[in-house]
Amino acid sequence: MWIETVVFYFFATLTVLSAISVITMRNPVHAALFLVLTFFSTAFLWMLLEAEFLAITLVLVYVGAVMVLFLFVVMMLDINIAVLREGFIKFLPVGIALALVMFGLIYYALSGDQFSLQAMADPPPKAADYSNTKALGAVLYTDYVFAFEVAAVILLVAIIAAIALTMRKRPETKYQNPSDQIRVKKQDRLRVIKMEAEKE
Amino acid sequence: MSLALTHYLVLAALLFSISIAGIIINRKNLIILLMSIELMLLSVNINFIAFSHYLDDLAGQVFVFFILTVAAAEAAIGLAILVVLFRNRQSINVADINEMKG
Repeated sequence: MWIETVVFYFFATLTVLSAISVITMRNPVHAALFLVLTFFSTAFLWMLLEAEFLAITLVLVYVGAVMVLFLFVVMMLDINIAVLREGFIKFLPVGIALALVMFGLIYYALSGDQFSLQAMADPPPKAADYSNTKALGAVLYTDYVFAFEVAAVILLVAIIAAIALTMRKRPETKYQNPSDQIRVKKQDRLRVIKMEAEKE
Repeated sequence: MSLALTHYLVLAALLFSISIAGIIINRKNLIILLMSIELMLLSVNINFIAFSHYLDDLAGQVFVFFILTVAAAEAAIGLAILVVLFRNRQSINVADINEMKG
């Protein structure tokens, strides 16, 4: 059992330290990369909790898609970091105080005996042929099928909204109109004029 | 010494507090604000999965699945709005978004 504890403390420390780096980094690109590290170490913790499918999903969907989107946007925008950093020192005490109060309140709520090992024992490990993906799919496509469809609609809405927001027509762009090009007549383009022959 | 549910709940509480501090101290930078919201969602997901493990109930994992879906949609739309905002203002400073005076 002790190896699980070691793994937990290692990745929990990594998660917390990289989360602190996310909010204190000067450069948004570094912040995004530290957020990737946070997601990675959290995925290891989810592996410890026998949620293998979601751990892989976190890496594939979050690190592979969402964080790449973040990095794209951060690198595409030409941001003046100095302006965005002003007020950082001013609000630092307020931020730390509020975080401590929040953590103190949650810790007070958790500090009773209701979540300890005596109250909630660690369930025995699953058998080697147990498939987390299979079990999750079995409930996802039966009990939660309506929520699953709604999630699909939400993703569709997100696609359409993102495209509709960022698509723009530049007035200075030159482009061809194929139907006009096909319908053009000889008279539109060619004009025969009569004139005197010119002599050198 | 074995891992209890409290370990994971305290870790999630720490992450949540860090992201609240991040929202307070980076209140000018819209990108870091979005990242702090992602951190908050992550800490909630840790809670869900820890409870799902210790109660031996898959409903928590199904919920995390849907939270991940909604968070991905939220990040995509949020970043799209950010890009449009930057195109119009050449800035992502939250203080500059006061045209509507709401």
